[in-house]
Amino acid sequence: MIDYWPLVGIALVVLGFALRFNPLLVVAVAAIATGLLAHMPFLKVLGVLGHGFNENRTVTLIYIVLPVIGLLERYGLQQQARALIGRMRGATVGRVLVLYLGFRQIFAALGLTSVAGQAQTVRPLVAPMALAAAEKEHGELDEDTAEHVKAMSAATDNVGLFFGEDIFIAISSILLIQGALKAYGIELTPFELSVWAIPSAICAFLIQASRLLWMDRRLRRRGR
Amino acid sequence: MTDIHYLLAGLIFASFAVSSVRDTDNPKRWGNAAFWALVAVSFWLGDILGDTANGVLVLALVGLAGVHALGRSAGESTSTEERQTFSERYGNRLFLPALIIPFTAFIGTLLFTYTPLKSSGLIDPKSVTLVLLGVGVVIALILSYVWLRPPPLAAVDEGGRLANAIGWALVLPQMLAALGAVFAAAGIGTTIGALAGEVIPHGSVFLAVLLYGLGMVVFTMIMGNAFAAFPVMVAAIGVPILIHEDGGRAAVIGAVGMLTGYCGTLMTPMAANFNIVPAALLELRNQYGVVKVQVATAIPLLICNILILYFAGFHL
Repeated sequence: MIDYWPLVGIALVVLGFALRFNPLLVVAVAAIATGLLAHMPFLKVLGVLGHGFNENRTVTLIYIVLPVIGLLERYGLQQQARALIGRMRGATVGRVLVLYLGFRQIFAALGLTSVAGQAQTVRPLVAPMALAAAEKEHGELDEDTAEHVKAMSAATDNVGLFFGEDIFIAISSILLIQGALKAYGIELTPFELSVWAIPSAICAFLIQASRLLWMDRRLRRRGR
Repeated sequence: MTDIHYLLAGLIFASFAVSSVRDTDNPKRWGNAAFWALVAVSFWLGDILGDTANGVLVLALVGLAGVHALGRSAGESTSTEERQTFSERYGNRLFLPALIIPFTAFIGTLLFTYTPLKSSGLIDPKSVTLVLLGVGVVIALILSYVWLRPPPLAAVDEGGRLANAIGWALVLPQMLAALGAVFAAAGIGTTIGALAGEVIPHGSVFLAVLLYGLGMVVFTMIMGNAFAAFPVMVAAIGVPILIHEDGGRAAVIGAVGMLTGYCGTLMTPMAANFNIVPAALLELRNQYGVVKVQVATAIPLLICNILILYFAGFHL
Protein backbone atom coordinates (compact mmCIF):
# COMPACT_ATOMS: atom_id res chain seq x y z
CA MET A 1 0.00 0.00 0.00
CA ILE A 2 1.47 3.33 -1.06
CA ASP A 3 1.39 6.11 1.53
CA TYR A 4 -0.14 9.15 -0.16
CA TRP A 5 0.03 11.47 2.88
CA PRO A 6 3.39 13.12 2.03
CA LEU A 7 1.72 14.47 -1.14
CA VAL A 8 -0.07 16.94 1.14
CA GLY A 9 3.21 18.89 1.07
CA ILE A 10 2.74 19.50 -2.67
CA ALA A 11 -0.81 20.73 -2.07
CA LEU A 12 0.53 23.13 0.58
CA VAL A 13 3.00 24.59 -1.91
CA VAL A 14 0.32 25.13 -4.55
CA LEU A 15 -2.09 26.63 -2.01
CA GLY A 16 0.55 28.85 -0.40
CA PHE A 17 1.74 30.23 -3.74
CA ALA A 18 -1.86 30.79 -4.88
CA LEU A 19 -2.73 32.69 -1.68
CA ARG A 20 0.49 34.71 -2.11
CA PHE A 21 2.03 33.98 1.26
CA ASN A 22 5.74 34.67 1.40
CA PRO A 23 7.18 31.91 -0.84
CA LEU A 24 10.14 31.20 1.47
CA LEU A 25 7.68 30.58 4.29
CA VAL A 26 5.47 28.40 2.07
CA VAL A 27 8.42 26.26 1.01
CA ALA A 28 9.71 25.81 4.56
CA VAL A 29 6.27 24.86 5.90
CA ALA A 30 5.72 22.44 3.01
CA ALA A 31 9.13 20.85 3.56
CA ILE A 32 8.55 20.30 7.27
CA ALA A 33 4.99 19.03 6.74
CA THR A 34 6.16 16.59 4.04
CA GLY A 35 8.92 15.24 6.23
CA LEU A 36 6.69 14.82 9.28
CA LEU A 37 3.96 13.12 7.22
CA ALA A 38 6.58 10.69 5.93
CA HIS A 39 7.25 9.77 9.59
CA MET A 40 10.61 11.52 9.82
CA PRO A 41 11.40 13.04 13.25
CA PHE A 42 11.53 16.86 13.27
CA LEU A 43 15.31 17.07 13.75
CA LYS A 44 15.82 14.69 10.85
CA VAL A 45 13.63 16.89 8.59
CA LEU A 46 15.55 19.97 9.72
CA GLY A 47 18.82 18.20 8.91
CA VAL A 48 17.68 17.13 5.43
CA LEU A 49 16.48 20.68 4.73
CA GLY A 50 19.74 22.20 5.98
CA HIS A 51 21.84 19.69 4.06
CA GLY A 52 19.85 20.30 0.88
CA PHE A 53 20.23 24.06 1.28
CA ASN A 54 23.97 23.80 1.85
CA GLU A 55 24.54 21.44 -1.09
CA ASN A 56 22.77 23.85 -3.45
CA ARG A 57 24.65 27.07 -2.64
CA THR A 58 25.88 27.19 -6.22
CA VAL A 59 22.36 28.22 -7.31
CA THR A 60 22.73 31.48 -5.36
CA LEU A 61 26.38 32.01 -6.29
CA ILE A 62 25.49 33.66 -9.60
CA TYR A 63 24.49 36.85 -7.74
CA ILE A 64 28.11 37.72 -7.07
CA VAL A 65 27.80 39.62 -10.37
CA LEU A 66 25.51 42.20 -8.74
CA PRO A 67 28.27 44.61 -7.56
CA VAL A 68 29.68 44.80 -11.10
CA ILE A 69 26.28 45.32 -12.72
CA GLY A 70 25.25 47.87 -10.06
CA LEU A 71 28.48 49.81 -10.41
CA LEU A 72 28.16 50.04 -14.19
CA GLU A 73 24.51 51.04 -13.90
CA ARG A 74 25.63 53.92 -11.66
CA TYR A 75 27.70 55.16 -14.59
CA GLY A 76 24.91 54.84 -17.14
CA LEU A 77 25.12 51.28 -18.53
CA GLN A 78 21.37 50.99 -19.12
CA GLN A 79 21.25 54.45 -20.72
CA GLN A 80 24.10 53.47 -23.02
CA ALA A 81 22.36 50.22 -23.99
CA ARG A 82 19.33 52.30 -24.92
CA ALA A 83 21.40 54.83 -26.87
CA LEU A 84 23.04 52.06 -28.88
CA ILE A 85 19.68 50.69 -30.01
CA GLY A 86 18.33 54.20 -30.61
CA ARG A 87 21.02 54.76 -33.25
CA MET A 88 20.36 51.48 -35.06
CA ARG A 89 18.08 51.66 -38.07
CA GLY A 90 15.40 49.02 -38.44
CA ALA A 91 15.77 47.79 -34.86
CA THR A 92 12.37 46.78 -33.52
CA VAL A 93 11.76 45.19 -30.15
CA GLY A 94 10.83 41.88 -31.81
CA ARG A 95 13.91 41.80 -34.02
CA VAL A 96 16.25 42.71 -31.15
CA LEU A 97 14.88 39.84 -29.08
CA VAL A 98 14.86 37.34 -31.98
CA LEU A 99 18.53 38.13 -32.52
CA TYR A 100 19.23 37.59 -28.82
CA LEU A 101 17.26 34.33 -28.88
CA GLY A 102 19.39 33.03 -31.74
CA PHE A 103 22.65 33.96 -30.03
CA ARG A 104 21.52 32.50 -26.72
CA GLN A 105 20.56 29.17 -28.32
CA ILE A 106 23.75 28.88 -30.36
CA PHE A 107 26.00 29.74 -27.43
CA ALA A 108 24.12 27.31 -25.16
CA ALA A 109 24.43 24.61 -27.83
CA LEU A 110 28.21 25.15 -27.75
CA GLY A 111 28.21 24.57 -24.00
CA LEU A 112 28.53 28.28 -23.20
CA THR A 113 25.47 28.50 -20.98
CA SER A 114 26.89 30.95 -18.45
CA VAL A 115 27.94 33.68 -20.90
CA ALA A 116 24.45 35.16 -20.53
CA GLY A 117 21.64 35.10 -18.01
CA GLN A 118 18.98 37.09 -16.21
CA ALA A 119 21.42 38.94 -13.93
CA GLN A 120 24.40 39.16 -16.29
CA THR A 121 22.73 40.20 -19.53
CA VAL A 122 18.94 40.58 -19.33
CA ARG A 123 18.75 43.20 -16.58
CA PRO A 124 21.65 45.44 -17.67
CA LEU A 125 21.53 45.02 -21.46
CA VAL A 126 18.73 43.05 -23.11
CA ALA A 127 15.71 44.53 -21.34
CA PRO A 128 16.88 48.17 -21.72
CA MET A 129 17.62 47.53 -25.41
CA ALA A 130 14.21 45.94 -25.95
CA LEU A 131 12.50 48.86 -24.21
CA ALA A 132 14.51 51.39 -26.22
CA ALA A 133 13.64 49.66 -29.50
CA ALA A 134 9.95 49.66 -28.58
CA GLU A 135 10.03 53.33 -27.53
CA LYS A 136 11.88 54.36 -30.66
CA GLU A 137 9.17 52.95 -32.87
CA HIS A 138 6.06 53.47 -30.78
CA GLY A 139 6.86 56.45 -28.53
CA GLU A 140 6.43 56.46 -24.77
CA LEU A 141 5.13 53.04 -23.62
CA ASP A 142 2.25 52.65 -21.20
CA GLU A 143 3.01 50.66 -18.06
CA ASP A 144 1.39 47.42 -19.24
CA THR A 145 3.34 47.43 -22.50
CA ALA A 146 6.65 48.17 -20.75
CA GLU A 147 5.95 45.32 -18.33
CA HIS A 148 5.17 42.98 -21.23
CA VAL A 149 8.36 43.91 -23.09
CA LYS A 150 10.47 43.31 -19.98
CA ALA A 151 8.77 39.98 -19.26
CA MET A 152 9.31 38.87 -22.87
CA SER A 153 13.01 39.75 -22.57
CA ALA A 154 13.34 37.46 -19.55
CA ALA A 155 11.28 34.74 -21.25
CA THR A 156 13.44 34.89 -24.39
CA ASP A 157 16.55 34.24 -22.32
CA ASN A 158 14.92 31.21 -20.67
CA VAL A 159 13.64 29.69 -23.92
CA GLY A 160 17.02 30.19 -25.60
CA LEU A 161 18.87 28.57 -22.71
CA PHE A 162 16.54 25.60 -22.13
CA PHE A 163 16.20 24.65 -25.77
CA GLY A 164 19.83 25.18 -26.72
CA GLU A 165 21.85 23.60 -23.93
CA ASP A 166 20.87 19.98 -24.56
CA ILE A 167 22.49 20.07 -27.99
CA PHE A 168 25.84 20.27 -26.19
CA ILE A 169 27.09 16.77 -25.42
CA ALA A 170 28.74 17.48 -22.07
CA ILE A 171 25.88 19.34 -20.38
CA SER A 172 24.65 17.93 -17.08
CA SER A 173 21.15 17.08 -18.33
CA ILE A 174 22.51 14.92 -21.15
CA LEU A 175 24.71 13.11 -18.66
CA LEU A 176 21.70 12.65 -16.38
CA ILE A 177 19.62 11.13 -19.21
CA GLN A 178 22.50 8.84 -20.11
CA GLY A 179 22.92 7.76 -16.48
CA ALA A 180 19.21 7.23 -15.86
CA LEU A 181 18.85 4.97 -18.91
CA LYS A 182 22.09 3.15 -18.18
CA ALA A 183 20.54 1.99 -14.89
CA TYR A 184 18.17 -0.10 -17.04
CA GLY A 185 20.93 -1.49 -19.22
CA ILE A 186 20.25 0.93 -22.08
CA GLU A 187 23.61 2.22 -23.32
CA LEU A 188 23.58 5.48 -25.30
CA THR A 189 26.34 7.91 -26.21
CA PRO A 190 25.87 11.61 -25.34
CA PHE A 191 26.00 12.33 -29.07
CA GLU A 192 22.99 10.10 -29.84
CA LEU A 193 21.02 12.00 -27.22
CA SER A 194 22.11 15.53 -28.11
CA VAL A 195 21.21 15.03 -31.79
CA TRP A 196 17.61 14.48 -30.73
CA ALA A 197 17.57 17.82 -28.94
CA ILE A 198 17.84 19.59 -32.31
CA PRO A 199 14.22 19.20 -33.57
CA SER A 200 12.85 20.64 -30.31
CA ALA A 201 15.39 23.46 -30.44
CA ILE A 202 14.19 24.42 -33.93
CA CYS A 203 10.54 24.32 -32.81
CA ALA A 204 11.38 26.48 -29.77
CA PHE A 205 13.10 29.06 -31.97
CA LEU A 206 10.23 29.18 -34.47
CA ILE A 207 7.55 29.51 -31.78
CA GLN A 208 9.31 32.15 -29.67
CA ALA A 209 10.50 34.11 -32.72
CA SER A 210 7.00 34.22 -34.21
CA ARG A 211 5.62 35.45 -30.92
CA LEU A 212 8.24 38.20 -30.79
CA LEU A 213 7.59 39.35 -34.36
CA TRP A 214 3.86 39.14 -33.66
CA MET A 215 4.43 41.48 -30.71
CA ASP A 216 5.94 44.01 -33.16
CA ARG A 217 2.81 43.82 -35.30
CA ARG A 218 0.50 44.22 -32.34
CA LEU A 219 2.37 47.26 -31.04
CA ARG A 220 2.26 48.82 -34.49
CA ARG A 221 -1.50 48.27 -34.75
CA ARG A 222 -2.06 49.73 -31.31
CA GLY A 223 -0.03 52.80 -32.30
CA ARG A 224 -2.35 53.63 -35.19
CA MET B 1 41.75 26.07 -2.55
CA THR B 2 38.89 24.29 -4.30
CA ASP B 3 36.24 26.34 -2.55
CA ILE B 4 37.70 29.76 -3.24
CA HIS B 5 34.52 30.73 -5.06
CA TYR B 6 32.55 30.14 -1.85
CA LEU B 7 34.92 32.44 0.05
CA LEU B 8 34.42 35.13 -2.58
CA ALA B 9 30.64 34.67 -2.53
CA GLY B 10 30.60 34.94 1.27
CA LEU B 11 32.60 38.15 1.01
CA ILE B 12 30.20 39.65 -1.54
CA PHE B 13 27.10 38.73 0.47
CA ALA B 14 28.76 40.17 3.59
CA SER B 15 29.25 43.37 1.57
CA PHE B 16 25.49 43.42 0.86
CA ALA B 17 24.96 43.30 4.64
CA VAL B 18 27.38 46.21 5.13
CA SER B 19 25.65 48.21 2.43
CA SER B 20 22.26 47.51 4.02
CA VAL B 21 23.46 48.92 7.36
CA ARG B 22 24.81 52.01 5.61
CA ASP B 23 21.44 52.64 3.98
CA THR B 24 20.16 54.83 6.82
CA ASP B 25 17.03 55.97 4.94
CA ASN B 26 15.69 52.42 4.98
CA PRO B 27 13.65 51.61 8.12
CA LYS B 28 14.18 47.88 7.52
CA ARG B 29 17.95 48.10 7.09
CA TRP B 30 18.74 45.80 10.02
CA GLY B 31 16.46 43.08 8.68
CA ASN B 32 18.16 43.31 5.29
CA ALA B 33 21.60 43.26 6.92
CA ALA B 34 20.79 40.21 9.06
CA PHE B 35 19.46 38.33 6.03
CA TRP B 36 22.58 38.86 3.89
CA ALA B 37 24.86 38.21 6.85
CA LEU B 38 23.22 34.79 7.28
CA VAL B 39 23.73 34.02 3.59
CA ALA B 40 27.40 35.04 3.96
CA VAL B 41 27.73 32.69 6.96
CA SER B 42 26.21 29.89 4.88
CA PHE B 43 28.82 30.39 2.13
CA TRP B 44 31.73 30.62 4.53
CA LEU B 45 30.86 28.04 7.16
CA GLY B 46 28.16 25.86 5.60
CA ASP B 47 30.40 22.81 5.35
CA ILE B 48 31.54 23.10 8.99
CA LEU B 49 28.18 23.84 10.60
CA GLY B 50 26.60 20.42 10.14
CA ASP B 51 23.12 19.60 8.86
CA THR B 52 21.06 20.63 11.89
CA ALA B 53 22.77 24.01 12.27
CA ASN B 54 22.29 24.61 8.55
CA GLY B 55 18.62 23.77 9.06
CA VAL B 56 18.40 26.35 11.83
CA LEU B 57 20.08 28.88 9.54
CA VAL B 58 17.42 28.15 6.91
CA LEU B 59 14.65 28.67 9.48
CA ALA B 60 16.24 32.00 10.50
CA LEU B 61 16.24 33.18 6.86
CA VAL B 62 12.63 32.06 6.47
CA GLY B 63 11.68 33.77 9.74
CA LEU B 64 13.15 37.11 8.63
CA ALA B 65 11.30 36.91 5.30
CA GLY B 66 8.12 35.58 6.91
CA VAL B 67 7.74 38.51 9.33
CA HIS B 68 8.50 40.97 6.50
CA ALA B 69 11.72 42.18 8.10
CA LEU B 70 13.16 42.94 4.67
CA GLY B 71 12.52 46.12 2.72
CA ARG B 72 13.60 47.79 -0.47
CA SER B 73 16.05 50.62 -0.39
CA ALA B 74 14.47 54.01 -1.10
CA GLY B 75 16.78 55.96 -3.36
CA GLU B 76 19.25 55.48 -6.17
CA SER B 77 22.85 56.59 -5.96
CA THR B 78 22.85 58.71 -9.11
CA SER B 79 19.89 60.36 -10.84
CA THR B 80 18.74 59.44 -14.33
CA GLU B 81 20.13 62.74 -15.63
CA GLU B 82 23.53 62.08 -14.09
CA ARG B 83 23.50 58.60 -15.59
CA GLN B 84 22.68 60.07 -18.99
CA THR B 85 25.67 62.42 -18.68
CA PHE B 86 27.95 59.60 -17.58
CA SER B 87 26.77 57.40 -20.43
CA GLU B 88 27.54 60.16 -22.94
CA ARG B 89 30.97 60.65 -21.41
CA TYR B 90 32.01 56.97 -21.29
CA GLY B 91 30.10 55.75 -24.36
CA ASN B 92 30.23 52.18 -25.56
CA ARG B 93 33.28 51.46 -23.43
CA LEU B 94 30.80 50.99 -20.56
CA PHE B 95 29.94 47.62 -22.08
CA LEU B 96 33.51 46.45 -21.71
CA PRO B 97 33.51 45.56 -17.98
CA ALA B 98 30.03 44.05 -18.36
CA LEU B 99 31.26 41.83 -21.18
CA ILE B 100 34.34 40.68 -19.25
CA ILE B 101 32.24 38.24 -17.22
CA PRO B 102 30.79 36.37 -20.23
CA PHE B 103 34.12 36.68 -22.03
CA THR B 104 36.00 35.08 -19.14
CA ALA B 105 33.42 32.29 -19.07
CA PHE B 106 33.81 31.85 -22.83
CA ILE B 107 37.61 31.76 -22.98
CA GLY B 108 37.86 29.82 -19.74
CA THR B 109 35.43 27.12 -20.84
CA LEU B 110 37.22 26.73 -24.16
CA LEU B 111 40.62 26.54 -22.46
CA PHE B 112 39.32 24.08 -19.93
CA THR B 113 37.53 21.83 -22.43
CA TYR B 114 40.09 21.76 -25.20
CA THR B 115 43.47 21.97 -23.45
CA PRO B 116 45.28 19.68 -20.99
CA LEU B 117 44.05 21.99 -18.18
CA LYS B 118 41.16 19.57 -17.70
CA SER B 119 43.40 16.65 -16.84
CA SER B 120 45.79 18.75 -14.75
CA GLY B 121 43.45 18.39 -11.77
CA LEU B 122 43.92 22.06 -10.77
CA ILE B 123 40.21 22.82 -11.04
CA ASP B 124 37.38 20.49 -10.20
CA PRO B 125 35.38 20.05 -13.45
CA LYS B 126 32.14 20.39 -11.52
CA SER B 127 32.97 23.89 -10.28
CA VAL B 128 34.79 25.23 -13.33
CA THR B 129 31.97 27.60 -14.41
CA LEU B 130 31.71 28.94 -10.86
CA VAL B 131 35.45 29.55 -10.59
CA LEU B 132 35.39 31.32 -13.96
CA LEU B 133 32.44 33.43 -12.84
CA GLY B 134 34.39 34.49 -9.75
CA VAL B 135 37.49 35.32 -11.83
CA GLY B 136 35.35 37.34 -14.26
CA VAL B 137 33.73 39.32 -11.45
CA VAL B 138 37.09 40.16 -9.85
CA ILE B 139 38.65 41.29 -13.16
CA ALA B 140 35.58 43.37 -14.04
CA LEU B 141 35.59 45.05 -10.62
CA ILE B 142 39.30 45.90 -10.81
CA LEU B 143 38.94 47.30 -14.32
CA SER B 144 35.90 49.39 -13.34
CA TYR B 145 37.68 50.87 -10.32
CA VAL B 146 40.79 51.73 -12.29
CA TRP B 147 38.84 53.32 -15.10
CA LEU B 148 35.77 54.94 -13.52
CA ARG B 149 37.38 55.82 -10.16
CA PRO B 150 34.16 55.53 -8.14
CA PRO B 151 34.03 56.23 -4.38
CA PRO B 152 35.72 53.32 -2.51
CA LEU B 153 32.49 51.69 -1.29
CA ALA B 154 30.51 52.26 -4.50
CA ALA B 155 30.58 48.59 -5.57
CA VAL B 156 29.43 47.54 -2.09
CA ASP B 157 26.53 50.00 -2.11
CA GLU B 158 25.45 49.31 -5.68
CA GLY B 159 25.57 45.54 -5.19
CA GLY B 160 23.57 45.92 -1.98
CA ARG B 161 21.04 48.14 -3.73
CA LEU B 162 20.39 45.47 -6.38
CA ALA B 163 20.37 42.64 -3.82
CA ASN B 164 17.80 44.50 -1.71
CA ALA B 165 15.71 45.15 -4.82
CA ILE B 166 15.53 41.36 -5.31
CA GLY B 167 15.23 40.68 -1.58
CA TRP B 168 14.30 37.25 -0.21
CA ALA B 169 13.55 35.99 -3.77
CA LEU B 170 17.30 35.72 -4.21
CA VAL B 171 17.52 32.60 -2.01
CA LEU B 172 14.19 31.12 -3.14
CA PRO B 173 15.79 28.92 -5.84
CA GLN B 174 18.20 27.43 -3.31
CA MET B 175 15.34 26.97 -0.86
CA LEU B 176 13.32 25.09 -3.49
CA ALA B 177 16.30 22.85 -4.13
CA ALA B 178 16.31 22.07 -0.40
CA LEU B 179 12.58 21.30 -0.60
CA GLY B 180 13.44 18.91 -3.44
CA ALA B 181 15.85 17.13 -1.09
CA VAL B 182 13.07 16.72 1.51
CA PHE B 183 10.66 15.50 -1.19
CA ALA B 184 13.24 12.93 -2.25
CA ALA B 185 13.82 11.76 1.34
CA ALA B 186 10.06 11.46 1.85
CA GLY B 187 9.76 9.28 -1.26
CA ILE B 188 7.52 11.66 -3.22
CA GLY B 189 9.10 10.56 -6.49
CA THR B 190 8.26 6.90 -5.90
CA THR B 191 4.70 7.79 -4.95
CA ILE B 192 4.12 9.87 -8.07
CA GLY B 193 5.77 7.21 -10.22
CA ALA B 194 3.43 4.60 -8.74
CA LEU B 195 0.43 6.88 -9.35
CA ALA B 196 1.46 7.37 -12.98
CA GLY B 197 2.09 3.63 -13.31
CA GLU B 198 -1.47 2.84 -12.24
CA VAL B 199 -3.13 4.91 -14.95
CA ILE B 200 -0.98 3.77 -17.90
CA PRO B 201 -3.05 2.69 -20.85
CA HIS B 202 -1.47 -0.47 -22.22
CA GLY B 203 -1.79 -1.03 -25.94
CA SER B 204 -2.11 2.56 -27.12
CA VAL B 205 1.32 3.96 -27.96
CA PHE B 206 0.02 7.48 -28.46
CA LEU B 207 -1.76 7.61 -25.11
CA ALA B 208 1.32 6.24 -23.36
CA VAL B 209 3.48 8.92 -25.05
CA LEU B 210 0.96 11.58 -24.06
CA LEU B 211 0.94 10.44 -20.45
CA TYR B 212 4.76 10.31 -20.36
CA GLY B 213 4.97 13.87 -21.73
CA LEU B 214 2.25 15.31 -19.50
CA GLY B 215 3.68 13.47 -16.51
CA MET B 216 7.07 15.07 -17.16
CA VAL B 217 5.44 18.51 -17.40
CA VAL B 218 3.27 18.22 -14.29
CA PHE B 219 5.97 16.66 -12.13
CA THR B 220 8.49 19.26 -13.34
CA MET B 221 6.04 22.02 -12.43
CA ILE B 222 5.68 20.56 -8.94
CA MET B 223 9.41 20.11 -8.36
CA GLY B 224 10.44 23.22 -10.31
CA ASN B 225 13.08 21.12 -12.01
CA ALA B 226 13.00 18.62 -14.86
CA PHE B 227 16.04 16.83 -13.43
CA ALA B 228 13.98 15.62 -10.48
CA ALA B 229 11.07 14.55 -12.66
CA PHE B 230 13.07 12.70 -15.31
CA PRO B 231 14.29 9.62 -13.40
CA VAL B 232 10.80 9.11 -11.94
CA MET B 233 8.95 9.27 -15.25
CA VAL B 234 11.59 7.14 -16.98
CA ALA B 235 11.15 4.48 -14.30
CA ALA B 236 7.35 4.64 -14.36
CA ILE B 237 6.60 4.87 -18.09
CA GLY B 238 9.66 5.61 -20.24
CA VAL B 239 11.57 2.36 -19.85
CA PRO B 240 8.91 -0.29 -19.02
CA ILE B 241 6.19 0.88 -21.42
CA LEU B 242 7.64 3.08 -24.16
CA ILE B 243 11.01 1.39 -24.65
CA HIS B 244 10.44 -2.25 -23.62
CA GLU B 245 6.75 -2.88 -24.32
CA ASP B 246 6.23 -0.59 -27.34
CA GLY B 247 9.78 -0.73 -28.74
CA GLY B 248 10.38 3.03 -28.90
CA ARG B 249 13.76 4.55 -29.79
CA ALA B 250 15.58 5.05 -26.47
CA ALA B 251 17.55 8.15 -27.52
CA VAL B 252 14.34 9.99 -28.44
CA ILE B 253 12.45 8.89 -25.34
CA GLY B 254 15.36 10.15 -23.22
CA ALA B 255 16.34 13.40 -24.91
CA VAL B 256 12.89 14.65 -25.95
CA GLY B 257 11.38 13.46 -22.67
CA MET B 258 13.71 15.81 -20.80
CA LEU B 259 12.92 18.69 -23.17
CA THR B 260 9.20 18.08 -22.64
CA GLY B 261 9.91 18.59 -18.95
CA TYR B 262 11.52 21.96 -19.78
CA CYS B 263 8.13 23.11 -21.11
CA GLY B 264 6.93 22.60 -17.55
CA THR B 265 9.88 24.62 -16.22
CA LEU B 266 8.64 27.57 -18.28
CA MET B 267 5.21 27.41 -16.61
CA THR B 268 5.99 27.11 -12.89
CA PRO B 269 6.86 29.63 -10.17
CA MET B 270 8.76 26.75 -8.52
CA ALA B 271 11.56 27.30 -11.05
CA ALA B 272 12.26 30.52 -9.19
CA ASN B 273 15.69 31.35 -10.58
CA PHE B 274 14.28 31.48 -14.10
CA ASN B 275 10.78 32.74 -13.42
CA ILE B 276 10.55 34.66 -10.12
CA VAL B 277 13.98 36.23 -9.62
CA PRO B 278 13.91 37.89 -13.09
CA ALA B 279 10.56 39.48 -12.23
CA ALA B 280 12.27 41.06 -9.21
CA LEU B 281 15.43 41.91 -11.17
CA LEU B 282 13.40 43.70 -13.85
CA GLU B 283 11.14 45.33 -11.25
CA LEU B 284 7.93 43.90 -12.68
CA ARG B 285 4.72 44.71 -10.80
CA ASN B 286 3.44 41.13 -11.13
CA GLN B 287 5.82 38.59 -9.56
CA TYR B 288 4.36 35.97 -11.91
CA GLY B 289 4.79 38.24 -14.96
CA VAL B 290 7.52 36.12 -16.56
CA VAL B 291 5.68 32.81 -16.09
CA LYS B 292 2.56 34.37 -17.58
CA VAL B 293 4.17 35.34 -20.88
CA GLN B 294 5.98 32.00 -21.12
CA VAL B 295 2.81 29.88 -21.12
CA ALA B 296 1.98 30.83 -24.70
CA THR B 297 5.40 29.51 -25.81
CA ALA B 298 5.38 26.46 -23.56
CA ILE B 299 2.05 24.97 -24.69
CA PRO B 300 2.65 24.91 -28.47
CA LEU B 301 6.19 23.71 -27.74
CA LEU B 302 4.79 20.93 -25.56
CA ILE B 303 2.57 19.81 -28.44
CA CYS B 304 5.61 19.82 -30.77
CA ASN B 305 7.62 17.74 -28.30
CA ILE B 306 4.88 15.15 -27.87
CA LEU B 307 4.60 14.84 -31.66
CA ILE B 308 8.39 14.49 -31.94
CA LEU B 309 8.32 11.79 -29.26
CA TYR B 310 5.59 9.93 -31.10
CA PHE B 311 6.86 10.18 -34.67
CA ALA B 312 10.65 10.14 -34.14
CA GLY B 313 10.37 7.63 -31.32
CA PHE B 314 8.12 5.11 -33.03
CA HIS B 315 7.67 5.86 -36.74
CA LEU B 316 11.05 6.87 -38.17
